[in-house]
Amino acid sequence: MNLTFVVFLIPIFPLLGFLILGMGFRSIPKKVTSILGPGTVLLSFIFSLFTFFNVHNFAGSPTQTLFTWIHTGSLQIPFAFLIDPLSVLMLLIVTGVGFLIHVYSVGYMKEDPGYGRFFAYMNLFVFFMLLLVLGANYPIMFIGWEGVGLCSYLLIGFWFKNHDYNNAAKKAFIMNRIGDLGFLLGMFLIFNTFSSLSFDQVFQQAKAMPMGDPTIIAITLLLFIGAVGKSAQIPLYTWLPDAMAGPTPVSALIHAATMVTAGVYMIARSNILYVLAPTTMSVIGITGLATALFAASIAIFQNDIKKVLAYSTISQLGYMFVGLSVGAFTGAMFHLTTHAFFKALLFLGAGSVIHALGGEQDIRNMGGLRSKLPKTYWTFLIATIAIAGIPPLSGFFSKDEILLHLFEHSSLLWIIAVVGSLMTAFYMFRLLYLTFFRSFRGTDEQMHHLHESPRVMTTPLIILAILAAFGGLLNLPEIFNGGNSLSGFLAPVFADSAVLVTPETPMSLSTELLLMGITLIVVLGMVFLAYFRFVKNEPELLPDGAKRPSLVQLMINKYYIDELYDYIISKPILWLSKVFHEVVEIRFIDRLVNGVGNMVVWTGNTVRFIQTGNVGFYMFIMILGIILILFLNILI
Amino acid sequence: MLTVILILFPLALSLILISVRQERAIRQLALAGSVAEFVLAVAAFITYKTSCHCNLLVTADWLSTLGVSLKFGMDGISLMMVMLTTFLVPVIILASFNHSYSKPAAFYSLILLMEMALVGVFVAFDGLVFYIFWELALIPAWFICAVWGGNDRIRITFKFFIYTFVGSLFMLVALLYVYFKTPLPHSFDFQWLYAARLTPSEQSWIFLAFFVAFAIKIPVFPFHTWQPDTYTAAPAAGSMLLAGIMLKMGLYGMIRWLIPVCHNTMQQFAPVVLVLAVTGIVYASIIAIRQQDMKRLVAYSSIAHVGLIAAGIFVLNPYAMQGAVIQMVSHGVNIVGLFIVIDLIEQRTGTRNISDLGGIALKAPRLAIVFLIILLGSIALPLTNGFIGEFLLLLGLFKYSMIFAAIAGLTIIFSAVYMLRMYQRTMLGKINEITALTTDLSWREMAALIPLVIMILWIGLFPMLFLNLTADDVIQVLNYCR
Repeated sequence: MNLTFVVFLIPIFPLLGFLILGMGFRSIPKKVTSILGPGTVLLSFIFSLFTFFNVHNFAGSPTQTLFTWIHTGSLQIPFAFLIDPLSVLMLLIVTGVGFLIHVYSVGYMKEDPGYGRFFAYMNLFVFFMLLLVLGANYPIMFIGWEGVGLCSYLLIGFWFKNHDYNNAAKKAFIMNRIGDLGFLLGMFLIFNTFSSLSFDQVFQQAKAMPMGDPTIIAITLLLFIGAVGKSAQIPLYTWLPDAMAGPTPVSALIHAATMVTAGVYMIARSNILYVLAPTTMSVIGITGLATALFAASIAIFQNDIKKVLAYSTISQLGYMFVGLSVGAFTGAMFHLTTHAFFKALLFLGAGSVIHALGGEQDIRNMGGLRSKLPKTYWTFLIATIAIAGIPPLSGFFSKDEILLHLFEHSSLLWIIAVVGSLMTAFYMFRLLYLTFFRSFRGTDEQMHHLHESPRVMTTPLIILAILAAFGGLLNLPEIFNGGNSLSGFLAPVFADSAVLVTPETPMSLSTELLLMGITLIVVLGMVFLAYFRFVKNEPELLPDGAKRPSLVQLMINKYYIDELYDYIISKPILWLSKVFHEVVEIRFIDRLVNGVGNMVVWTGNTVRFIQTGNVGFYMFIMILGIILILFLNILI
Repeated sequence: MLTVILILFPLALSLILISVRQERAIRQLALAGSVAEFVLAVAAFITYKTSCHCNLLVTADWLSTLGVSLKFGMDGISLMMVMLTTFLVPVIILASFNHSYSKPAAFYSLILLMEMALVGVFVAFDGLVFYIFWELALIPAWFICAVWGGNDRIRITFKFFIYTFVGSLFMLVALLYVYFKTPLPHSFDFQWLYAARLTPSEQSWIFLAFFVAFAIKIPVFPFHTWQPDTYTAAPAAGSMLLAGIMLKMGLYGMIRWLIPVCHNTMQQFAPVVLVLAVTGIVYASIIAIRQQDMKRLVAYSSIAHVGLIAAGIFVLNPYAMQGAVIQMVSHGVNIVGLFIVIDLIEQRTGTRNISDLGGIALKAPRLAIVFLIILLGSIALPLTNGFIGEFLLLLGLFKYSMIFAAIAGLTIIFSAVYMLRMYQRTMLGKINEITALTTDLSWREMAALIPLVIMILWIGLFPMLFLNLTADDVIQVLNYCR
């Protein structure tokens, strides 16, 4: 089969799915939707696998062009895809995890009246996400970038009768757009500098630029603003917790596994530009580390099962950015991959719990679900161990790779990052214990209805649990006799920047083991601390608004960042809107115009006649006039 | 010949219409005629593409002693505008069928008369002819707004008329002045006017006179205060004609007149105009955020959007100029779509106030989908028409000044804020007693909206057909400034 053809088929399937479901979602029977929705993504997955096995065939000509999208002057934007190990890795994650989540949704959304609409949006999301990862130039990537933002908007506000959800959706879109402006300006500067927006040409030219070139720093910073918006980093992260208003599979797919990692992918893709901009790298490092800690500290006191996971996602994305900032591109992509497995699993598990409890999301009203939802419990446990970074599960290896690189860079940064890991272990095990251990704290009615989710939902959980458990094998470090296979696979993509990253003195095996040991011991300490607080002893579960120490109060209230934004951004703009309209517009500009106008009226009494009279008559006169003018020629 | 037929055909049609009595027949005739006019425009397009680059010129002597000739023709830019006009007029006519206007014969024939004048403006290759059509367009526009408009229409349309009329007088004075500076024997022919010998200070005065005329028509901040009132008070068809097509006369005029005639002063004035345009973008966007009346909200959003187009014309590079031309088309398509949707909502619920509405998507999912697509076009989501234009405009602006581009770029954030707010308050949320009986789109309403949706996606996906059409002419215009 023609390889180019295969590549273009990958995004076409979900697009077709969207078109069919979108046009006929009210008339297509549910059964057909249940096959069509996940089916299109499965086809994409199969073709992605095919591309994966043939990726070496693309090494010669990685860029596949379909047609010229925009061409004016020297601006040339082909509608082209780039097939290389990095995009293929993303393809597999998006379509693989995407397919599992689609299957899960068949069960989860079964009773929802908007069933068809849901799958239409989800398919559209997969389509745009595929454009994002396949694009061979920044504008095509940007199509996907904004397109997934649209789908995120549509799916967060999926239950659109509720204005709280709609507000959350709008907030997500607008915050993303703030980032997108940065991305857009970054593209313009790239075009200004390199006269091209295609990855191959830009990176080729960039290689020759000096380290620390101010233009490159500006470009990378602007692009990073885009990443900050999309990947929910400080200061543009507040939309992600609110985005939990969407159905849980949406949170799993868009707001955990795929879309929010787009920023990481974009920077990994632009790795050459970034290694040339050490200043930007520092900014990314500081932002990522601050976000990782900040979000983790908020997660500790959240009581909504999905909110805990949302802050956890923000925090984990922070780790990925930290990895990028020290040039550990493979490490960041590795963590992106394992995170996609375990975080999707956590969200789907949370969905299974919410499903069983009839919509309950407050972990204070859960507990003891271990025996009632065994499959959910076991898979959730695996994911929790994985994210906490306990070997031999996947999260340990991916996080460790980032931590080790960080240590090579600075031991202080390493300590800070380890503190973040501690918090991760604590809030995750708190979540696990409060949800599944001790006895049930909900109502009797909920207790009566408790049930394990149907097979269509638990099967994806089990598959994801296997991936979350063994995902570490993808890139086992040498120390465990691993072949660093992911590193090897991705090496061509990062080859040029690897040369530029100043090689650190290789760490001795004993140091590496020591660091791993320290991390592991403190993480396990946290697991036990959480065990004592939430399982061994009666957990202290205070209602909302209970009096707490002020630092805790600060964390419970998410550091009042939403309130702060309201005061320094939303309110001033609304005030400005009022002033512009009522003072500048009406009292000033318009009054001035009217003043001049009145003078005209006063002098020009002759125009009064147009205020009265018969329209037909005027029209007659006018048309007569036109004809007269046209024939004036002959008359003169 | 096609060029002249394009002008005369709507004129003839409007004459016939006045004599028709039956409303049904009037509508059918108006619609069929305007569709035929569009077919003629497409034929002109095909001729232009396939035959020579002869600009489809038609010349006839007229007042030859004064150097005035009936010279009509079309280059790529004219053709784009003619296509836009003839594409939108049938849509506007079809969208008007929901109303039963008094004196339908006068109403529909005025629309066609206006079409004639607009086409005339876009195909005139002679200064005086251009001016005549320019003024001619104002008359039917004024009648449509003043006779079939809403509350306070007389005061508002009077202001609109006087304001734009005064602007045009400035243009007339400038035009005559330039005429007397053309090489002997004086002529109003475009090429002669372009060749007029003007000192720098003369050019500055001419620039200001032309600029005021165009800035009022577009409108560019701070000449815009007639616009929100007029769009709000006008009948739906009037708002569409004004915002969708008529304001493009001003932008077209800038490209056709300001750049070639005032080529030495353009660069000098550009920073001033850019400050005005960019201020207007932010100013109007911020005002739009709090508007309750949907029509007024869209009116302010339009000031922001056309401000960006005006800015793009003044940075004088091919990216922004190409963007400006394609965005003129996109803006026309999108704003007509928005006004149709608003009109449909008003007919169904009796209000345009967004705080009274809500939950319409539950009752009218088709309307909600179409509204969403049009809205995405106007907030410039990639793969819609708005993105192509705004991307090129902002890129061109960036080449001129990064600061201006960054500030003008705020429009992509603000437009999301006010448009999504409007969508949320009308389409989403719970149904209330006002929206409870909303019905979904009828086939006739779909027929008006679907062509717009197709255009939004077509330009967004495959813009090359449109960009190619104007590529050479844009360069040619810009060469006057070299």
